[in-house]
Amino acid sequence: MNHLLDSLLELIRRTSAEIPEDVNQALIQSLENEKKGTIAESALKIIEQNIALARQKSQPICQDTGSILFYVDCPVGFDQISFGETARAAVTLATKKGFLRQNSVDSLTGKNDGTNVGPGAPALHFHQHRSPEVRVRLVLKGGGCENVGAQYSLPIEKLHANRDLDGCRRVILDAVLQAQGKGCGPGILGVCIGGDRATGYELSKTQFLRLLQDHNPVPELDALEQDILQTANALGIGPMGFGGKTTLLGVKICAANRVPASFFVSVSYMCWAYRRQGVELDATGKIGQWLY
Amino acid sequence: MIKLSFPFTEEKIRALKVGDEVLISGTVFTGRDAVHKYLHEGGQLPPGVSLKDGIIYHCGPVMMKQADGSWKCTAAGPTTSIREEPYQGQIIHDFGVRGVIGKGGMGDRTMAACQQDGCVYLHAIGGAAQVLAECVKKVPNVYFAAEFGAPEAIWELEIEDFPAVVTIDSHGRSLHKEILNSSTAELTQRL
Repeated sequence: MNHLLDSLLELIRRTSAEIPEDVNQALIQSLENEKKGTIAESALKIIEQNIALARQKSQPICQDTGSILFYVDCPVGFDQISFGETARAAVTLATKKGFLRQNSVDSLTGKNDGTNVGPGAPALHFHQHRSPEVRVRLVLKGGGCENVGAQYSLPIEKLHANRDLDGCRRVILDAVLQAQGKGCGPGILGVCIGGDRATGYELSKTQFLRLLQDHNPVPELDALEQDILQTANALGIGPMGFGGKTTLLGVKICAANRVPASFFVSVSYMCWAYRRQGVELDATGKIGQWLY
Repeated sequence: MIKLSFPFTEEKIRALKVGDEVLISGTVFTGRDAVHKYLHEGGQLPPGVSLKDGIIYHCGPVMMKQADGSWKCTAAGPTTSIREEPYQGQIIHDFGVRGVIGKGGMGDRTMAACQQDGCVYLHAIGGAAQVLAECVKKVPNVYFAAEFGAPEAIWELEIEDFPAVVTIDSHGRSLHKEILNSSTAELTQRL
């Protein structure tokens, strides 16, 4: 585990400074699709310049380096406590080096001690598996897009949303409409149908670990993902809400069981500055391979 | 592309209209949640900060202290402006603000203040922290850093050719309102 600190520091640096290739491809495609000479095209051009510049300078793509979410797949017997300590040390160091902004505030006192470490920060999610590999995925999720996430409790009469897939479609599209301009679009939706309020949001965010171009193995959900992507992009909201063809880059939906009395649809919105990376670690804690 | 330089006089601001792309140069001050709440509650600007014919930028930058004690801006994109809606109109009026840079647009009260007092809302590209940091040529001062923390402090920035789009003008137009209306109509047809 002695190399773990260096590996996590490099994971944080790269996540903050480099957009994953699948997202970059989707942005290049959307720039080609936008009408020439529009402010939507200008916005996407600046986004492309920004992606190149951040990578070249090894600096944060966005100054809001976000909530720090670690997702760790680990074998049985893995020392989660030591990992947590090292992850907090790596976050503190990454903040000193400017890969992360001083971005964590005491909710009671309003104080920001400049370390990015505190109750609930960073967030660590461990998942045990029966193979020996340790995989660490990191998502940095900015506050602007986090603020436009929404949770719907069906039925909702005002939206004519019943407890069925059409009802889910209606509320997800409502979330897109409400988020316009505010979440730094073009955005990506992570959605969970079902679950309780907490696990629903939790699972909606795990959808951001999927590749943008993948397909949902569940046919109904795959169809819903494609439908919402096409419909949202026909609304004319566009990048930054300036108007245009690209409102969303992707939609990822999962389903979880619910209790009969509840039917939640939890929608998390990711901005275009979709910071997600991952590594597989070798036995010494060194980076074996990059996951995205 | 329209060049917009300090001082941001009422005449220059009134000439702008929704959809104009501008390149802004001169001194601007950052201010976000803590600063807006403080000013709205009657707080005074510290000596050295003037918003008269000035621009307030909704931004919490990443600043790195250099060996010589100066600051270098390493990331500086806009933050979501709508959180300042309860305060912005009054601050525009009381302090003579001519421009607000941010993202996501603002509401009716800010739009009314823009119209009455001669101010515009300038939408920067959210998330474009590096492109926008390149436009920050100097960071002459910081105020309230101890009280509010680095992201919430008032940073004095000298910017050059900072790109933004006018999305609320001083003639009662808001691109945000127009897109909300048209996209709502489009969605209704697709449900």
